[in-house]
Amino acid sequence: MSKETLNAKRLLCPLPVIRTQDKVKTMQIGDVLEVVCTDPGVMQDIPAWCRINGHKVLDTLTDEMEYTIILEVG
Amino acid sequence: MSKQRKAVALISGGLDSLLAARTIMDQGVHVEGINFYTGFCVEGHTHAIRKKDKDKPKRNNALWSAEQLGIKLHIVDIIEEYKDVLINPKHGYGANMNPCLDCKIFMVHKAKEWIKENDFDFIITGEVIGQRPMSQRKDTMPVIAEESGADELLLRPLCAQNLPMTLPEREGWVDRERLHNFSGRGRKPQMALADEFGFEDFAQPAGGCCFLTDKSYSDKLVDLWSARGRKEYDLDDIMLLKVGRHIRPKDNFKVIVAREDGEARFMQGYKKDFINMNCSSHRGPLAMVDGAPTEEDLLVAAKLTARYGQGRDAEKVDITIREKDGSERTVQVTPFKSDEIPKQWFV
Ligand code: SF4
Repeated sequence: MSKETLNAKRLLCPLPVIRTQDKVKTMQIGDVLEVVCTDPGVMQDIPAWCRINGHKVLDTLTDEMEYTIILEVG
Repeated sequence: MSKQRKAVALISGGLDSLLAARTIMDQGVHVEGINFYTGFCVEGHTHAIRKKDKDKPKRNNALWSAEQLGIKLHIVDIIEEYKDVLINPKHGYGANMNPCLDCKIFMVHKAKEWIKENDFDFIITGEVIGQRPMSQRKDTMPVIAEESGADELLLRPLCAQNLPMTLPEREGWVDRERLHNFSGRGRKPQMALADEFGFEDFAQPAGGCCFLTDKSYSDKLVDLWSARGRKEYDLDDIMLLKVGRHIRPKDNFKVIVAREDGEARFMQGYKKDFINMNCSSHRGPLAMVDGAPTEEDLLVAAKLTARYGQGRDAEKVDITIREKDGSERTVQVTPFKSDEIPKQWFV
């Protein structure tokens, strides 16, 4: 199992979703991906994308300027 | 048992593509969605950059549609390839800078490539004859099928009965009798079908699916091209056209002034790429300068920035100007009075 981080800062949705989708394609089931974004829209979109595609959101973190989603590839 | 056929549905996030996909799913076809991101797509939360829209739902409608349908959605970034469609549309533009017919042809063409790569059988769209003035007319529907190369692999379930038979119908992969014959701009049949399927809370975007149908956005794009003397853009350009007040005092520079906190916050991300400024003696917005301003131009930009801050009526205000390398300096300027800003500066 590997853990990777994707920098999707400054991108507006759906680009963070697209980058997540493309990154996940290169990963294995059970791998963990942390996506760091600045568009608050990702808090809806990445979990929705995960639900549709069978991945699991492990955690979401919000701070002043950044939104982080940690997901497990399904 | 006959092989289960597979179709890819172009999902825009609107009601029609949702209904088209569901109509085909109900005939036992395996459907997956595809959504193309041109950079100009209107997302529920693109507007949420602006605080005033914070209460609106922030969902992505294409993802929402896929979730309602219970299908996978493939979102494809076509930003780069789309430039040629927008810059040189063979069939021209619609009411604004929307090259709808070329855009549809391009998307269906991409979908055709996708079905080939992924071993799917045909393509479906939510198009309805007569629904849109440019791309969804009786005479343009065959143009899309033909010029995209999809030909009879392109099925429009909502108006299929008004169109010649396609391969999926002829081969019996779908039953033509259970497709529809919608036409025109009316929405009643779609509403009835949505009701039948139990879809609620679907998106009804008033201005179509992208910023290119928006007059004010199109004006800013045209301004950008004419100021640069050539039709070109990158992703940052088109993102920044979505935020702020755009004021162009001269061809060589334009000032983008945040209208409120949400926009200022978004623009913060670009501070290293643009000369930017804000008022340091009073509360005021972040402003960025695009282009190649002279020192004198920067003073004009500073006076404009001052105009939109709380010091607008002060004799003098301090404006801090930050260069791209992060170095800063502060200048004192008298804010423009509103009647000192020529109307034609506003893009
Ligand atoms: S509205 Fe925009 S995305 Fe939709 S067909 Fe026209 S140009 Fe393409």
